Amino acid sequence: MAEYQRIVVNEVGDVSVVRFRDQKIIDNLNIQEMGRELTSLVEVDKRRKLLLNFSAVEFLSSAALGKLITLDKKVKAAGGDLKLCRIQPEIYEVFAITKLNRLFEIKEDESDALASF
Amino acid sequence: MSEPLWIWQAEHTIPSQPGAGCDAIHEVLEELGKSKWGESDIFSIQLAMEEAVVNAVKHGNRLDHRKMVRISSRLSKDLIRIEISDEGAGFDPDSLPDPTEKCHRDAPGGRGVMLIRSFMSNVAYNAAGNQVVMEKRRGESGPKQQCSAETDKK
Repeated sequence: MAEYQRIVVNEVGDVSVVRFRDQKIIDNLNIQEMGRELTSLVEVDKRRKLLLNFSAVEFLSSAALGKLITLDKKVKAAGGDLKLCRIQPEIYEVFAITKLNRLFEIKEDESDALASF
Repeated sequence: MSEPLWIWQAEHTIPSQPGAGCDAIHEVLEELGKSKWGESDIFSIQLAMEEAVVNAVKHGNRLDHRKMVRISSRLSKDLIRIEISDEGAGFDPDSLPDPTEKCHRDAPGGRGVMLIRSFMSNVAYNAAGNQVVMEKRRGESGPKQQCSAETDKK
């Protein structure tokens, strides 16, 4: 299994729970690396049920949102399921303003999200 | 309206490379923290600065190392004003597609300007479209929903 620099992946049943190592997802190189690692989960590891847990994330830029959107497309194309959880209120505002809360399925906590797959 | 009484200001000129605005942004955030601005305000200002600097470096100056980005920040007791200028050809901020429309919602880019307008109190671009002036009033309520393109050119 690949070793990731920007994310930590744990298996809970058949769901891959992804946490982020960076509290602030801003740096362009880190965002590019994060994007590659998320893509690799789907295209290399062939994971189909992904839950992104944002509990450690305090800030993210629109470039990071772009990587999440790209991931969503890849998961859907592979017939998988992507959900997000534990998004802090300020960051949730970013999703709400951009209406990405309608594109992504966002759950309050991890157990709710896991139960919904 | 009279000009606010500025209590702190900083000027930075940075090269057109990713991450070059880090120190300028960090300095502003540190000053806001010292002046006891709230976390929500600081989040909004950081978001707007990050997005505007990336726009200037990447879309304005197109990562041309010969071109610079100027960041000017001024702080009063209840207002911060940030001016970010690049040396690019500029753009028309009102011509950008609305990223919240269903047909654009899954596009990976195009949200920076909208976030800046939503999270700051006042945002204006110069006529050329290569300078943005953003203001945030301390303690203002949360981000604004963008319903339609605003006419906010100087």
